[in-house]
Amino acid sequence: MIGRHRHLLGLEAFERDEIVAILQCAASMKEVLRRPLKKVPTLRGKGVVNLFFEASTRTRTSFETAAKILSADAVNWTAAASSLKKGETLLDTVRNIEAMRPDVLVIRHPAAGAPKFVADRVGCSVVSAGDGAHEHPSQGLLDLYTLAEHFSGVLRKGGIPDFGSIEGRTVVVVGDVTHSRVARSDLFGLTRLGARVRFCGPPTMIPPGVKELGASVFHGLREALKGADAVVMLRIQHERIGDPLIPGTREYSRFWGLDERKVQEWLGASCAILHPGPINRGVELSSEVADGVNSVILEQVENGVAVRMAILYLLAGGAQEPPAEGRTDSPAVARTRSANT
Amino acid sequence: MMEAIVMDTDGIARALKRMAREIEERVPAGELGIVGIRRGGVHLAQRLQEKLTEATRGEVPLGTLDIALYRDDLSEHSSAPVVGPTDIRFPVSGRVIVLVDDVIYTGRTVRAALDELVDFGRPRRVLLAVLVDRGGRELPIAPDVIGVRLEVPEGEQVEVRLVEAGAARDLVILKPRGQA
Repeated sequence: MIGRHRHLLGLEAFERDEIVAILQCAASMKEVLRRPLKKVPTLRGKGVVNLFFEASTRTRTSFETAAKILSADAVNWTAAASSLKKGETLLDTVRNIEAMRPDVLVIRHPAAGAPKFVADRVGCSVVSAGDGAHEHPSQGLLDLYTLAEHFSGVLRKGGIPDFGSIEGRTVVVVGDVTHSRVARSDLFGLTRLGARVRFCGPPTMIPPGVKELGASVFHGLREALKGADAVVMLRIQHERIGDPLIPGTREYSRFWGLDERKVQEWLGASCAILHPGPINRGVELSSEVADGVNSVILEQVENGVAVRMAILYLLAGGAQEPPAEGRTDSPAVARTRSANT
Repeated sequence: MMEAIVMDTDGIARALKRMAREIEERVPAGELGIVGIRRGGVHLAQRLQEKLTEATRGEVPLGTLDIALYRDDLSEHSSAPVVGPTDIRFPVSGRVIVLVDDVIYTGRTVRAALDELVDFGRPRRVLLAVLVDRGGRELPIAPDVIGVRLEVPEGEQVEVRLVEAGAARDLVILKPRGQA
């Protein structure tokens, strides 16, 4: 359990304390990553299924690595190789996987809300690894962890970050906010921890209603970066280029991309640059900036494993209470009950 | 039942002094490493390390183990135990490691600590030092260096209170189980 939650479907429903509990656990997990022998027996005999209906190497590998370091058995189920091509529904796929009795189901799906749909119908814990343009909670958490390391001065030095250090900071999220689940998870996580969030991008890439969620909106990168403590550069999705509402890559990079000159002139010396990956070099970030001193992109990847270890540990570690409603006759539910006695 | 004091501030100081001397006699200087088991053993380990550093005139390395990731009772808890940091920054291989805890009871904590310790390397030898041995072992594990031995019935609990952990003064008390 993470606080009151049996699943991690998004950060919107999480309170500050619940988010900090995950991050604190991740700090202990990060120590395990630095050991000569990177394996602990904690989740021995627990099953984690990575169910991916959308291409992803980074996130899937990160969850898989996290599960393996904790000694859980990780299995990958990818849409390309599955019976979806043969016409199986999402619910049937999930019921088949559930019959194999996993303890945690990690789901990525192109449709927003798919992990919630599954969570309401299974006995195991469900973690969203990104659903449509809804949320990508583990990415939001690893961004918070990396920012806390940066703000408390322990980045690349080791040591436990102070998660209170995010409070009062200004973080700019630049790019296609409309289609970005990362932007939404970042927004919820950052505002919960007391940061100010600015969204910046072409008007066609900023959805209506974000001000009500607590973000301020900028269309010019220069003003958006004024006084910023960190900037998250979103990936421009290639599949959206050619969309008449979206500028071409050259235009985008000129107005909303970061190169060495803009970093020198517009960014404070201590401003961190984050990117959820994979980078389009020369579009959102020039190569010098992606590999420069302000970039914390590879730290994000390392912290991603620690954060996902914490998520799996908290959700699979303790015995789970059965869901209040739903299919109480499902084998997975019956099994979690008996584990409690 | 009221709380009963079984060891006062002076008693704890004397016990730790004797324990440090015993460790010093059993282990050649320069081969020693002290590791406290979180959370009860951490401050005691630090006190022993200070005494040993003074006695052997060489810095004795100090570390901390958190056994949450090595527990054998994960599925019996309604929620996962809070994981704290493990911090061992010196090579464990070839050294004599003194594991330190405040109280030994069932021995399960020490079992977990041993499993975790060997993941850091292959110590030449491991000694177990505890301030209180209250009996009641469930595993074949025995302490080597002991502050005090008590026969404590199952319904009672030994609590070590130290100033480093916020207590007004150092005390070892006996009280009914489950009382905050």
